[in-house]
Amino acid sequence: MTLQNRFEDNVILTTVDAAINYCRASSLWPMTFGLACCAIEMMATGMARYDLARFGAEVFRPSPRQSDLMIVAGTVSLKMATRLKTLYDQMPEPRYVMSLGSCANRGGPYYLYGYHVLKGVDRIVPVDVYVPGCPPIPEALLDGLMKLQARIREEGRHFRRLAKVGGETQEGPKGA
Amino acid sequence: MVTPREIHDRLKAQFPDDVGDFVEEPVEFFSEVKPAAVGRVCAFLKEDPELSFNYLVSISSVDLTANLAAVYHLESMDLESGRTRHAFVMRAQAPRDNPVIASVATVWGTAIWQEREVYDLMGITFEGHPDLKRILTDDDWVGHPLRKDYVFPKTYRGIDLE
Repeated sequence: MTLQNRFEDNVILTTVDAAINYCRASSLWPMTFGLACCAIEMMATGMARYDLARFGAEVFRPSPRQSDLMIVAGTVSLKMATRLKTLYDQMPEPRYVMSLGSCANRGGPYYLYGYHVLKGVDRIVPVDVYVPGCPPIPEALLDGLMKLQARIREEGRHFRRLAKVGGETQEGPKGA
Repeated sequence: MVTPREIHDRLKAQFPDDVGDFVEEPVEFFSEVKPAAVGRVCAFLKEDPELSFNYLVSISSVDLTANLAAVYHLESMDLESGRTRHAFVMRAQAPRDNPVIASVATVWGTAIWQEREVYDLMGITFEGHPDLKRILTDDDWVGHPLRKDYVFPKTYRGIDLE
């Protein structure tokens, strides 16, 4: 445990997990994927006033193959749900999903009488963080992003993401 | 400016068998037109130099329980003639068990999408439409959602909708 004293001052010792998690959390690349009015708030969050770049998540990618984070911003219709699942399957691991707004969380105002709306995006893809609101203010999206980053930094220490055969990602206890 | 009543009278004189009553409901007056005659009535409305309805604003549809109806909102925006623009509303009813109305897609190109939407959500078939298929819901959707007897699906492609 005296390892730290055997190197010069500017050397930092850490674990590989912690270093990788730090990098992942600090450069989340979201997918450009707006579905409804929540997407307007997402755009506002990306612009100068709220500036998502402060948290390392400003690189909105046009392709799911280059993205880490899918922000499901808005109402997911059933027609879109099939496409959303395809997009999610195209994202490389590790991938994260943020459900933004009431519609993506639980169907929102369409819950009872919306024949065409998916009642919660977690019915087709695993969701890491839910952001409530209709639509959520940019601060809420930033809060959700920071909560997600906190989770990513803890990954491997308290829980680990397990890749399953079917492509579904699940959390399990460490060492499972 | 030509009033709806005058347009109806002109249509009645031109197509005595195809044009029905002039309904004076509040806010908007409209003419009843036989579903099979919608195509030729609309062609006349567009081609006639006095009327020259060159703009199809919308085709909407109504579930009247016994019948299904398509409502056509027309406007004349002929700026070159210098006349004040005038508008006209007509309605065509078709029986619920066999809802077929003549297409106006050859008269106004904008009707192609609008008739597809009416077909998708209300289930009215437009005879003569070049490519009548669903536009909003997916191709494998069952039923027409805006009908009053529509039953909500329980599942869709394995997704639980309860």
